[in-house]
Amino acid sequence: MPRSILACAAALLLTAVAAPARAAEAAFKAAYASAEAANAEAGKLRNQWTTAVAALAAAKKAAEAGDFDKATSEARKSEQLSRAAIFQADEQKTNWKLMEIR
Amino acid sequence: MTGLAMAAALIAAPSFAAPAADAPDPAADLKAFQKYFRDKFPKVKFEDFVNGPYSMDEGLYRQWKEKEEFPPYEFALDLGKELMAKPFGNGKTLADCFPNKGVGIRQDYPYFDTEQGKVVTLELAVNQCREANGEPPYSYVKDEMAAVTAYMAFTSRGKPFDVKIPDDPRALAAYENGKRYFYTRRGQLNFSCATCHVQSPGERIRAEVLAPALGILNAMPIYRSEWSGMGTTSRRFTSCNSQVRGVPLKPQDEDYRDLEYYLSYVSNGLPISGPGARP
Amino acid sequence: MASSIRVRATSRGDTTEVQALVQHPMDSGFVKNARGELIPPHFIQRLAIEHDGKPVFVADWGPAVSKDPYLKFAFKGGKAGDELKVSWTDNKGATDQLTTKIQ
Repeated sequence: MPRSILACAAALLLTAVAAPARAAEAAFKAAYASAEAANAEAGKLRNQWTTAVAALAAAKKAAEAGDFDKATSEARKSEQLSRAAIFQADEQKTNWKLMEIR
Repeated sequence: MTGLAMAAALIAAPSFAAPAADAPDPAADLKAFQKYFRDKFPKVKFEDFVNGPYSMDEGLYRQWKEKEEFPPYEFALDLGKELMAKPFGNGKTLADCFPNKGVGIRQDYPYFDTEQGKVVTLELAVNQCREANGEPPYSYVKDEMAAVTAYMAFTSRGKPFDVKIPDDPRALAAYENGKRYFYTRRGQLNFSCATCHVQSPGERIRAEVLAPALGILNAMPIYRSEWSGMGTTSRRFTSCNSQVRGVPLKPQDEDYRDLEYYLSYVSNGLPISGPGARP
Repeated sequence: MASSIRVRATSRGDTTEVQALVQHPMDSGFVKNARGELIPPHFIQRLAIEHDGKPVFVADWGPAVSKDPYLKFAFKGGKAGDELKVSWTDNKGATDQLTTKIQ
């Protein structure tokens, strides 16, 4: 319920005031760009997470539907997941040996 | 004299230990790997490890024995046999590409091809053969590929895995890379292959009993009731990756081939039991 | 083209045990393909097994039966060498049959 009210409010805002909408779009673009970069970096390490990729796709979809708030939050979520994947891959570069049977 | 030697050994020990642990020694790995599973499951007969979850659970074992009387992979075997002998556009057949017409050779794959400088798995060899004869490659994960490899495995049943690492630094590097992949944690769930198949075989994951890594590839390809169809080693690897929420690599990616190389090598001596049937 | 039916029938004293496997997609009509389109229903409606021309097992199947169905049953009578005929018909009118001998 609060979500739909918010959406209505957002829609009203969109028509009434153009400036905040443009700001939301700019925020999304920045968040999406860094999420994409983090995802690409995880890809280079051959360790993308399915959840990060899914959030990135959700962000794109929300942005296309004009819901920049949701898009920005999905993009940020995706970036955080990718950062964790990168950390994991870096840490495992040497630590995989801890599990080895000797 | 002895005192001096001891002192020398003491001094040498710390600087010596680190590189020794890191120097690749596949033969020692194999011994340690097989010993780990023998010690963990003293009641399981060595050659039974190839039967995956059935070697771990008595009830499942009885169900499987019954199923083996009329196995679900029968249709795949017939299709595989047919495809092996079916002529390509140029008149040659898939069987022509393999030693002994592809019969009874499963245990020799994967091997390190010194000319191509990479690991060649049975699945890769099948598609290399098709492409060399101007035919489109099969999908790596199921259908025809599974049928053909099922037929080859079936005709090799009982033959012990005989994967060799030639005297070539690239082969050893591939082996090491496969080992790294096997033990590396990945995906959001932070699992490595070893998390399930070394630390927890015999335990349940949801409704399924986990198979031990030892002998796991001997049963490939498999008919899985969950897939209601056949799947290859490639399918198993990619679906394992997505289950831990990692984006899988492309089938027959270098990492996957190296992984198959490592995992097959440490199961050397265990008989081929494929195609398998799994819940 | 190999037959879609596999049968094994074994005589055990005064009964005969039959196992059969049929290759069929058994699409229920409720499942979608990768493009999101419904896969039209395609399933076996009737499966019959006859011993010397007399039906011993008749099944009315529907969309709830699994892909490549397997079945096992035993009936009284039958001896090694007797003929056993397995046949099926699906909702698209396709049919297949196989005659085998009891072992």
